[in-house]
Amino acid sequence: MKFSLEWLTYFLETGASTAEIAAKLNAIGIEVEDIEDPAEKLEGFRVAEVLTAKPHPDADRLQVLTVNTGEGEPLQVVCGAPNARAGMKGVLGLPGAEVPANGMKLRKSEIRGVESNGMMCSVRELELGDDHEGIIDLPGDVPVGKSFAEYHGASPVFDVAITPNRPDCMGVYGIARDLAAAGMGTLKPLREHHIEASFPCPVQIRTDDPEGCPAFYGRVIRGVTNGQSPDWMQKRLLAAGQRPISALVDITNYLMLAFGRPAHVYDLAKLSGPVVARRAKDGETVQALNEKTYTLDPSMTVIADDNSVHDIAGIMGGEDSSVQPETTDVLLEIAYFDPEAIGVTGRKLGLATDARTRFERGVDPAWLEEGLESLTSLIQRFCGGEASEIVRAGTPPTQPKVISFDPTLTARLGGVEVAQDEQKRILEALDFTVDADWQVSCPPRRHDIEGAADLVEEVVRIHGLHNVESVALPRADGVARPTATPIQSLERRLRRAAAARGLNEAVTWSFLPTKEAEHFAAEGESLWSLDNPISEDMRAMRPSLIPGLLSAAKRNADRGAAGSRLFELGRRYLRAKDGSSDERPTLAVLLAGEKTPRGWATGKARPVDAFDAKAEAEALLAEAGAPVDKLMVMDEAGAQFHPGQSATLRLGPKNVLARFGALHPSTLDAFDIDGPVVAVEVYLDAIPARKGKSGFEKPAYTPPALQSVERDFAFLVPQDLAAGDLLRAVRGADKANIVDARVFDVFAGQGVPEGMKSIAIEVTLQPGEKSFKDEDLKAISDKVVAAAAKQGAELRG
Amino acid sequence: MSDHHETAQQAQSRIDAAPDLAALEALRVEYLGKQGSVSALLKTLGKMSPEERHEKAPAIQALRQSVADALAARKDELEAAELEARLATERLDLTLPAPDAQRGSVHPVSQVMDELAEIFADLGFAVATGPEIEDDWYNFTALNMPESHPARAMHDTFYFPDTAPKGGKMLLRTHTSPVQVRTMLDVVKNNPGGAPIRIIAPGRVYRSDSDATHTPMFHQIEGLVIDRGIHLGHLKWTLETFLKAFFETDDIVLRLRPSYFPFTEPSVEVDVGFAIENGKRILGGSGDEPGHAWMELLGSGMVNRRVIEMSGLDPDEWQGFAWGLGVDRLAMLKYGMDDLRAFFDGDTRWLSHYGFSPFDQPTLSAGVGARS
Repeated sequence: MKFSLEWLTYFLETGASTAEIAAKLNAIGIEVEDIEDPAEKLEGFRVAEVLTAKPHPDADRLQVLTVNTGEGEPLQVVCGAPNARAGMKGVLGLPGAEVPANGMKLRKSEIRGVESNGMMCSVRELELGDDHEGIIDLPGDVPVGKSFAEYHGASPVFDVAITPNRPDCMGVYGIARDLAAAGMGTLKPLREHHIEASFPCPVQIRTDDPEGCPAFYGRVIRGVTNGQSPDWMQKRLLAAGQRPISALVDITNYLMLAFGRPAHVYDLAKLSGPVVARRAKDGETVQALNEKTYTLDPSMTVIADDNSVHDIAGIMGGEDSSVQPETTDVLLEIAYFDPEAIGVTGRKLGLATDARTRFERGVDPAWLEEGLESLTSLIQRFCGGEASEIVRAGTPPTQPKVISFDPTLTARLGGVEVAQDEQKRILEALDFTVDADWQVSCPPRRHDIEGAADLVEEVVRIHGLHNVESVALPRADGVARPTATPIQSLERRLRRAAAARGLNEAVTWSFLPTKEAEHFAAEGESLWSLDNPISEDMRAMRPSLIPGLLSAAKRNADRGAAGSRLFELGRRYLRAKDGSSDERPTLAVLLAGEKTPRGWATGKARPVDAFDAKAEAEALLAEAGAPVDKLMVMDEAGAQFHPGQSATLRLGPKNVLARFGALHPSTLDAFDIDGPVVAVEVYLDAIPARKGKSGFEKPAYTPPALQSVERDFAFLVPQDLAAGDLLRAVRGADKANIVDARVFDVFAGQGVPEGMKSIAIEVTLQPGEKSFKDEDLKAISDKVVAAAAKQGAELRG
Repeated sequence: MSDHHETAQQAQSRIDAAPDLAALEALRVEYLGKQGSVSALLKTLGKMSPEERHEKAPAIQALRQSVADALAARKDELEAAELEARLATERLDLTLPAPDAQRGSVHPVSQVMDELAEIFADLGFAVATGPEIEDDWYNFTALNMPESHPARAMHDTFYFPDTAPKGGKMLLRTHTSPVQVRTMLDVVKNNPGGAPIRIIAPGRVYRSDSDATHTPMFHQIEGLVIDRGIHLGHLKWTLETFLKAFFETDDIVLRLRPSYFPFTEPSVEVDVGFAIENGKRILGGSGDEPGHAWMELLGSGMVNRRVIEMSGLDPDEWQGFAWGLGVDRLAMLKYGMDDLRAFFDGDTRWLSHYGFSPFDQPTLSAGVGARS
């Protein structure tokens, strides 16, 4: 909300400077977002008198003026305004001045060959209004040479943020009241109005919707002239960012901005029959002042006459009965609308107005009568007319809330000691009444005050939060205890493990384009999809972390990166069976492009492949404490992966700990990225918790005394036999003696029969107490060969 | 005698002149091989009478020894020379680059969250979490923002079409504050009488807002203390203490400003004083000092008794404070990033530059910050 210092000091007697007022506003909870001093913008503009005006020799529409600036020789200025004439006074921008409306810096120039030493300005050029018909035409008695800012009465403008709990400060007077309570001066008493009612109100007023509109007061004024509002009012409105329109409109705006009190003025000629606050009929329409037509429903309160709706109550008036320059008789409306109902209607219609903002936060229910009198008085002063008696429908909820307040709560909750009489003074300055037993009655306009804590806030904010001293939280005895949960520890550990493996941690959006999310959704899984995404690219919640990393890798590739090594730790968003959110902690790794660049030692660049993904999956699972040697490599990594180059890692047939592999070409196509790209997704919630979590002791181990023995075996196996199966069989052939088995060669082709391949395995045997004898080794070898044979493997000769 | 002496001298000079190991081997065979001349002399000893052997043997043995010694010495020399020659051929150009070890990085947001967890652990705060796809009730209603509360409009909420179990629509949480409610409810469930609570709740939050300084997703860290006799002074101390630890400076000046959040009462906005040096914001000093200003840091306040009540605790016994702080902004302030949007782009150049080594694990003993 914006207001000028001049307006504020109309209500507040104060000698404080702009800076002091701003500091105090901040201190009491009215945040100053900006202070604009129009005098700065108007520097270099001064009152000047046009001495002569002659046509420009080379341009029909231009005139060449000589202008008296009040000092030195008269200046020659070229001017295109039709109203420029000898003898008038206007505003001259001197070379060096900056035109507020467009930021243009004025300088001495030639216009069509004629020297010009500045610019005579229009209202719009100085951002004082919309008028651009001609240059400003000042009254004859203005002293020539005077600074225009000074003449215009330019006053600094505060732009403040009013929190939603303080609709009473959505008017300058309310702000003045708070400042006065905080010692920034004295609140001036409001003018008392004595309106002479000359006739009974000819319009019947009713509220048929006491819930939505508990109170509706009105009066007719006959014989008004809806011309321009006075200059001082226009200045205040302009400073507040409100464009002057006509006297009647300006006066209602003025009332709203001065007192936070929206009101409405109808052209009486457009109304017929009683004017009633009621619920809208389903499908009823109204053309509002913004020239848009709104379709209403029965949850909305409207003001209507016999024929049609004339006002979306508390939000926006209707176009049809709006006041016009020729309007002579008006009906004034001042009402109290239910804040909640206004909010609901406003949201439904998507209509944000200054009136709605105030009504939905709650206007002062005790200020209907006075408000109407103020409005009437302003109209009569500037538009004339005769006022009718006031008609009233309903009763505003003005019963004051009474709170039992214990003033020691201020110290106990607010952390600052404030003397009781000072607490009382503060509350009373804010219009609370405090009795001897600390029963505090709240002014009805303070809808935000619910209980004692709110009174503490009032006292503390006016007393000054800077008086709150720091007090240490009590500290537990001894060294701080560990606080991380197992999953938090796991995430921290994996994050640093992944980074130590040369992966860059990325943080990508939780939302994706629906198409991408669908591509990664498991079969039968319904996505979380936003109703109101910021863009279609951010509609669906990710069911996997891979697509986000894939898009990041694509951006990197588009920037010329030869490869990306990314990981992310975060949630994927699934649905539980009951439809609730099921957010699973997940680690994804994505490797794209080159694993190693071409090098002097390594030759050609090496692209990433599925085994790189497997390496990351196994290493990170090992770091996570998963029993990696017990994991099974099984298919079904999902349709997003290359069917022949991807797998899951499972603990038992059902528990999938991770999936990994090369991405499917169709996935790469969908993301418009060139391959190869491999990825891993580790499901942190599927990793079994470490056993024996209570102790620190590791399982006992003594390195064997005797040296281990290696034996090599080469098997001929069917082409489709999984090496892992053969390895597992070999490892299990003699668990007492075999401690390891690893594949060191896989070969097919010459010397190997069609449909077969050769797998060479190095088996490590560990003797216990005694060294192996030849017959021991033979027996173990036989077991290995037999176990392999069961898998269809035949020892090569 | 002199005959052997001459042989020895001759052998010595021939051995010393042997150009390589092959020539030396040939000499060894010539002298000491089975058919060698010295071996032949040794063999004559067998045929001698004991007296004659006693007389001649020492000279012959000495000859054999001197030849053997000469051979061994020369062999050492030649081998050393050969090794030297081989090493000379094995010279590498070590200015060539070594194989690249990939350097990974930890994202600044994660780093800062770890730092915060470390600091707050020392103050006795546990880390709590909650869902991001949240029920309207937890995000708003339980925080004293019933439907149609005007403050809801300030939240730019993302909604799902799905109906929430506790009424309203499911939504993306707009702040980490629903974790407050969930934590209090949990505490009450496990301990109906209530119990002191100290938690921080870091995580992703969402607002429908996107411009140079706002992203629709960002990170917050919520703090909540519930205990007996907790007041605004404790809040101020906690924030001061944590900021001093986080920025590793004692020069932190806070300004509390009254504000409004439906779930706290009184509510305060907290500003921190800073100076601008070389275009960068440097924390420290009062914002009112010349050349200084205040920067809005976080919103906080004493937990509204309605929220405490709705969470099942007795607000006459338990009171406390809460705050919500932007983690991304905190990271930017400490580590000097200036573009929030880059946080979520996944540009490996940016991640490598602004990210942290995995070994920058924050610890209290080494300082929680990672100095550049």
